[in-house]
Amino acid sequence: MISANLSAIFYLISGVLFILALRGLSSPETSRQGNFFGIMGMLIAITVTFLSIGNFSTGFIYVLIFLLIGGLIGALIAYKIPMTAMPELVAGFHSLVGLAAVFVAISAFLNPEAFNLGSNGNIKLGSLIEMSIGAAVGAITFSGSIIAFLKLQGIMSGSPITFKGQHLLNALILISIVVVICLLCLNQSSNLFWILLIVSFLIGFLLIIPIGGADMPVVISMLNSYSGWAAAGIGFTLENSALIITGALVGSSGAILSYIMCKGMNRSFFNVILGGFGATEQSSSSKNSEQRPVKSGNADDAAFLMKNASSVIIVPGYGMAVAQAQHALREMVDTLKKNDIKVSYAIHPVAGRMPGHMNVLLAEANVPYDEVFELEEINNDFANADVAFVIGANDVTNPVAKTDPQSPIYGMPILDVEKCKSVLFVKRSLSPGYAGIDNDLFYKENTLMLFADAKKMTEEITKNL
Amino acid sequence: MEIDPFIFRLSIFILSIFIGYYVVWSVTPSLHTPLMSVTNAISSVIIVGAIIAGLAGNSESIFNSSSIFGFLAISLAAINIFGGFLVTQRMLAMYKKKKKDK
Repeated sequence: MISANLSAIFYLISGVLFILALRGLSSPETSRQGNFFGIMGMLIAITVTFLSIGNFSTGFIYVLIFLLIGGLIGALIAYKIPMTAMPELVAGFHSLVGLAAVFVAISAFLNPEAFNLGSNGNIKLGSLIEMSIGAAVGAITFSGSIIAFLKLQGIMSGSPITFKGQHLLNALILISIVVVICLLCLNQSSNLFWILLIVSFLIGFLLIIPIGGADMPVVISMLNSYSGWAAAGIGFTLENSALIITGALVGSSGAILSYIMCKGMNRSFFNVILGGFGATEQSSSSKNSEQRPVKSGNADDAAFLMKNASSVIIVPGYGMAVAQAQHALREMVDTLKKNDIKVSYAIHPVAGRMPGHMNVLLAEANVPYDEVFELEEINNDFANADVAFVIGANDVTNPVAKTDPQSPIYGMPILDVEKCKSVLFVKRSLSPGYAGIDNDLFYKENTLMLFADAKKMTEEITKNL
Repeated sequence: MEIDPFIFRLSIFILSIFIGYYVVWSVTPSLHTPLMSVTNAISSVIIVGAIIAGLAGNSESIFNSSSIFGFLAISLAAINIFGGFLVTQRMLAMYKKKKKDK
């Protein structure tokens, strides 16, 4: 058994190691070392907890058993999961953090003596408030992440679910959470604690159902942030600095990612959270009933165009992930490079279903990361490129974001694909993208539409090169 | 008058938010997905609380209503710790630089 002071110092060390873990991610070279720091931090925290309790009785064996069961499941998932399913995986992991926070809070509420928080029915006021906040945020994270998971997995429709009075209902529930916490502090009734949890689960569910599929990058980042605040809340209750530091880090990390994603769509955070798109789309979709002529081509045409180009920029989007076309794409690029054609990749901040989604898929397909560029880095190059190859992206290339103030995506930063000498669109149909608006680029003189599954089309092109 | 220890914890919390703010802004956008999976893994340090809860039962009754929740939380957090770090490792191993062609 080690003293409380000594263990506090070790918790501080593991907190610092977690900071270094995030710091490592500033470049791919240092990132692996960063991950190692993270693992060390976790090892120290767990070991110190065992040592500080010093109770190596039968209970200890059960702790190890449950730890190993969870560890085995986690390791299996980590090895089996395909990279395209990363958004679902992260949403699923968030829900587990949330639920774990809820369970720890329940356990502390039922047995406060074990945590030095006072006695049953007479918990210290400060601890009770911290515990309730941690539990409520944890519950919201849990149910919200479950909905996000179901939507990403396609079990639940990705379209927003809205009903009349939704915002009012949500506001009332949020107020009731505050009221319940206050009442709980007054009389410490366990019934109130259960009510608090149920209401929090409910609001997590209600908050996410009105948000549509393509807004998932914001939702995932937001839930990431929530899971951090929940951990910090529990950290205050347990008076544990490792948990407080980590909670604050994760909380601010998720908040920054949400901000970056919102900026990538030029929408305010509240606009996304309140389920902006979907309700306002009717007016714009009725307009484009008229049929405009498009030039559609086959793999042969596309191969001809690219063979004669000297530089090609590839714009991947969610469609590439759905079709699992990243490997086929890289093979196509390899062939292009053999013909001395310069190829680079342009990634829009909100491409895919989570921050950095496209980068991971390209990395999986062995695309070197120094050929992959962010929007600001590459946007000027489109004017000098011969061919833009848009695979599974749509809204992020739509010039209407610059020209039409009426458009729902007006002001969104876009990739200037239109400036290329010719544009190739690999798409399954002419259907508008998530924002429900038509893309003028489809009808331009220098655009060639390739209607096919992204993977099949890319393979065909490679054969024809 | 002595300062309540809560204030010290609050100070750690606020300062950590600032550290998080600056550290996360320096993360390159191409690593945002690994950032999310690794933050997932480290926020599961909540397992510390779960272990305390799990070991709180006395020797006659290892499983009481409080410790059961602790044991469940241990498993949940362990899924995240192992899953989160390993999947991050797997992702980071894929990020490679262009081979220098000579």
